[in-house]
Amino acid sequence: MNIEIPKKFKPLINNAYQVAQSTLRPISRKYDRGEHQYPKELDMLASVLDGFNEGDPANSAGAATTGKGTKEEEGAVKNGSNMGVCLGAMEMCYGDTGFLLAMPRQGLGNAAIAAVANDEQLERFKGKWAAMAITEPSCGSDSAAIRTTAKKDGDHYILNGEKIYVTSGQRADCVVVWASLDPKLGRAAIKSFVVDWGTPGMELARLEKKLGIRASDTAAINFNDCRVPAENLLGSPEIDTKKGFAGVMETFDNTRPLVAAMAIGCAKASLERIKELLKDHIQYDYSKPVDNCSAVEAEIYKMEADWEAAYWLAVKAAWMADNKQANTLQASISKAKAGRVGNAITLRCVELAGTLGYTEDELLEKWARDSKILDIFEGTQQIQQLVIARRVLGLSSKELK
Amino acid sequence: MAKDAVGYALTALNRLASSEMLDKMGMRKTVERLAYTLTKSGFQVLTTTARAFKSSGKGGKPERLNAPGQTRDLFDLGITDEQQMIRDSMQAFARDVLREQAEKADAAQKTSDEVVAQAQELGLNFFAVPESLGGAATERSTVTSMLVAEDLAHGDMGQAVAILAPMGVANALTQWGTFDQQEKYLSAFAEDTPPLATIAVSEPRPLFDPLQLQTSARNDGDSYVLNGTKSMVPLAGEAELFLVAAQAENGPAVFIVEGGTEGLTVGEDPSMGVRASAQRPLILDNVRVPAENRLGEKDFDYRAFVDLGTLAWCALAIGTSQAVLDYVGPYCNERTAFGEPISHRQAVAFMIADMAIELDAMRMLTYRAVCRAEQGKNFQREAHLARTLVKDKAMKIGTDGVQLLGGHGFTHEYPVERWYRDLRAIGVAFGGLHL
Repeated sequence: MNIEIPKKFKPLINNAYQVAQSTLRPISRKYDRGEHQYPKELDMLASVLDGFNEGDPANSAGAATTGKGTKEEEGAVKNGSNMGVCLGAMEMCYGDTGFLLAMPRQGLGNAAIAAVANDEQLERFKGKWAAMAITEPSCGSDSAAIRTTAKKDGDHYILNGEKIYVTSGQRADCVVVWASLDPKLGRAAIKSFVVDWGTPGMELARLEKKLGIRASDTAAINFNDCRVPAENLLGSPEIDTKKGFAGVMETFDNTRPLVAAMAIGCAKASLERIKELLKDHIQYDYSKPVDNCSAVEAEIYKMEADWEAAYWLAVKAAWMADNKQANTLQASISKAKAGRVGNAITLRCVELAGTLGYTEDELLEKWARDSKILDIFEGTQQIQQLVIARRVLGLSSKELK
Repeated sequence: MAKDAVGYALTALNRLASSEMLDKMGMRKTVERLAYTLTKSGFQVLTTTARAFKSSGKGGKPERLNAPGQTRDLFDLGITDEQQMIRDSMQAFARDVLREQAEKADAAQKTSDEVVAQAQELGLNFFAVPESLGGAATERSTVTSMLVAEDLAHGDMGQAVAILAPMGVANALTQWGTFDQQEKYLSAFAEDTPPLATIAVSEPRPLFDPLQLQTSARNDGDSYVLNGTKSMVPLAGEAELFLVAAQAENGPAVFIVEGGTEGLTVGEDPSMGVRASAQRPLILDNVRVPAENRLGEKDFDYRAFVDLGTLAWCALAIGTSQAVLDYVGPYCNERTAFGEPISHRQAVAFMIADMAIELDAMRMLTYRAVCRAEQGKNFQREAHLARTLVKDKAMKIGTDGVQLLGGHGFTHEYPVERWYRDLRAIGVAFGGLHL
């Protein structure tokens, strides 16, 4: 047993940290105020990240993709791309969560493609920026209730429906769309399709105005008789009622630890800043029992303990993915913990900093707004609790609704 | 090829499988009965007189064991085959023996001699004592000690403390003892009837801080004179050997005190939980110990000594919290109300989900601190964070465990009320154990 971050990730973490400090932080407030402005600085940054990627994917600062771990040698422990991406994302979100989400070619759609695409598709969609479209006006967490339909017509599928909350939906090259082959058949009939922008029938409805992560565009997209090539369906086209939802849900095993990592990075920014602001009030010596400390010291230690627990839970979930261990439970645990902790820490840090923390002079208030979404998307806190409870109790989704 | 630790573990397992406990019991040297004496402060008990610990007076270097080789620096939650084998036997023992005896031991405020003997059959002490001193240990794995504590506490925390306290003394002597201290005291732990031994750190007052001791150690010629009151000392009445923390002229220190030393008595102070550990106050009234019984030399790190105890309590909390989680799941699936199992309600299911989330959080922080300790890295901050998180989350799991069983949970018919009482200990306990 060894619970340390291996040395090989040090360059990656450092690169991402440098990006966060030198590139993201200085423009953080600018694009928080200027919602929907395209952060052109990111194009340069994305090229730099691509450069990191091509040089050595291990140093990619979070630009590498998650995916099914490939086993190098039988029985050997792997610290691979899932862990690397999480560590990179933490540092990037320590810089700015909105920018990480807006980073070209690193959409959640890319993660979905990495998780379920076949080799031919992986090759064809390589280098494309892919957004992810699941949510609809009348269905959020209940993704089985999707109403967008995909009807087979020759060698195409015809998509009809309305998608909302598509991160980078306007800026991405393509969108991975969840649609049902037959709404009567429930979850098993839901498939994901890669739809390129420019496909006739695909139309941007609007961009949302949001509480936080304003640097990232959140689009509503309509599909009206939108014809998508059949080979853009990810995974198997068969409706397997036994396997059901598993195909599309396994994406979450990789993306939930990643969103957990985002919450951890965002909270790290707040925790570090409040410690700076309180440096004249607190001695960090980690020797007194927490109940013997001042109230504010105790609060900091408790937040730090929760933060560190969330950190290692995310690393654990990513490590399991790297080592091809089934991690659905641990992915949900990591996201639930990081989501609640990240939100609580960022909010509490504003409070501890008083009016100073509440004003736009500090980024504390921004991080407290940004963190909220991380306890919502890729499965809300309550959805994670459902997933965890069903697993622990051995209950089906019919039994524990 | 020499018999290695795996071989010894197999032997121990084999012996457990084939031995007839009761026969063995007849052979076991009877511990001297406790002598009662009435004093002003009520019943006090003289400590058990120690066997004659022998020293050859040869001199030499103390035996220090290295951590298992860490050949790669990759993050890895896997454990070795040897650790898995030890876990398997601990889990079986915890399930078949400790859990069965838990209610009785709690009521009796004592871990039965039979259970202690069975635990010794598992060879725990053996693995804490270096080979050169008669034991089986070739390396010192703090992680293994932690996993053992977790697994035993899954059966019952109180009995686990009684079983682990002597092992903690052996661990501390291995890690910190001088050559003479190891030779005189440590080798006894590899004998057929190892001594019962325990660690006394806590003192009975609010906001106790293990670095601010009121128990004093006054240097007087070639001895120290100890005065003060220690609390929550496991096996205090039965132990033949004590490690006592006291404030010396140059900071907190630990002293090796033999049972039966003049001025050393134990009081009675039954506690809320962990009662099977037979914890009592330990009173030191001008207890004189030779100067060479001050534990360790220049490399002694009192902070780390305390933290390795704290992390043992964290590991116990993990085991007992897991026991709660494992118990409430089936209960809530079977218990019906308003026409369906109560586990089908989110209000109930989410409490259980939160248990699973925070239990895993407790694990990661504790494992992290212990891994660093094993590798010889600084782990003070990590131990501090682990305790800070674990004491709160474990108690939450304990109280939710009772809540989920409702009125049932409040009665002794079900184990959750005991776990509730035991888990409160994590926030108050310092010392007693040492990984």
